[in-house]
Amino acid sequence: MDIQDIIKPENLVYQKTKLLTDTPMHYCPGCSHGVVHKILAELIDEMGLQDKSIGVAPVGCAVFAYNYIDIDWQEAAHGRAPAVATGISRVNPDAFVFTYQGDGDLASIGAAEIMHACNRGENILVIFINNGIYGMTGGQMAPTTLEGMVTATTPNGRNVELNGYPMRITNLIAQLPGTSYVTRQSVHTAGGVRKCKKAVKKAIQNVLDKKGTSFVEVVSTCNSGWKLSPVASNKWMEENMIPYYPLGDMKDSVKGEHSEN
Amino acid sequence: MAKVIGAVVVDKEACKGCSVCVEACPHDVLALHLEVNSKGYHYSYMQNPEACVGCANCGVVCPDTCITVYRAKAS
Ligand SMILES: Cc1ncc(C[n+]2csc(CCOP(=O)(O)OP(=O)(O)O)c2C)c(N)n1
Ligand code: SF4
Ligand code: SF4
Ligand code: SF4
Ligand SMILES: [Mg+2]
Repeated sequence: MDIQDIIKPENLVYQKTKLLTDTPMHYCPGCSHGVVHKILAELIDEMGLQDKSIGVAPVGCAVFAYNYIDIDWQEAAHGRAPAVATGISRVNPDAFVFTYQGDGDLASIGAAEIMHACNRGENILVIFINNGIYGMTGGQMAPTTLEGMVTATTPNGRNVELNGYPMRITNLIAQLPGTSYVTRQSVHTAGGVRKCKKAVKKAIQNVLDKKGTSFVEVVSTCNSGWKLSPVASNKWMEENMIPYYPLGDMKDSVKGEHSEN
Repeated sequence: MAKVIGAVVVDKEACKGCSVCVEACPHDVLALHLEVNSKGYHYSYMQNPEACVGCANCGVVCPDTCITVYRAKAS
């Protein structure tokens, strides 16, 4: 069969969702942020939530997220997205409100805001992009940086005596009774992207069902910060990040129940 | 047995040449072109089009959503 006979509307199986704008993303080639944006845009479209969705963008590489997904957005100060989302969700209880935050934003400067929002069980989705580094500012150590990992501020590798241990903040969040669904995913393979999409779908449904906070960590790459190619970054992530940040659901219950772990 | 055959269309100008799709293709269909687009990126293209089954793995992993995928029953 000729290629032109295959490329016909009736044979279409995958295309860019209309909720992703035509603005080219500013992300570095191969960056995980673009894949997670796509998952959100596809789900908001498929679940018919374009008019109900309000995203809260972080400070970090995803600071311009509002340029890429065609929904309502608010930009928050560094780490404060969960506080901003709290206000938005409380005055719009029927809206689908989510934050989109990096590991510097969520686990460092915004550690208090995320803990308390999750502890209050705010009816929001939190997307947490854990790339183990401050991508936007040039690759400094984050709370999530692995032991021995070289960054701009740990040129000899993270020293736990000096810098503390890489923080599995999602495990802490799973302990909080305000959270209903807490999971860790990745988007470095097609199978991973499909699984992550299922998890985000469930988390969105939880918000629509007013079940409290749903939290999706995505173990991600920052190939520029890691100083590896995109493909090598995915491999490095698989070999180093995922053993320390294992994938899977940590909690699946309703608000008010304590987690198993 | 009904066999499927696929084809992809890469938005050359949107492609950033990251090669993630090349790696994700289970049938070694894709490669980065020797030529570059207007931004200087070696864009992805079907080097081996007969092998495509339209599984959409390449489209799913592309961070810039540059790939449209088609699939048909082979006649
Ligand atoms: C109050 C304040 N402190 C510090 C900064 C500098 N700053 C900008 S982004 C960032 C960290 C971003 O890292 P992360 O949240 O992991 O996002 P990534 O870029 O890795 O996606 C920092 C410290 C700032 N903008 N505002
Ligand atoms: S600096 Fe890192 S996180 Fe930021 S866009 Fe580049 S690869 Fe992505
Ligand atoms: S659709 Fe599947 S087989 Fe075809 S190029 Fe993409 S990944 Fe390869
Ligand atoms: S994954 Fe997308 S941006 Fe990267 S090379 Fe393939 S088509 Fe281009
Ligand atoms: Mg980061």
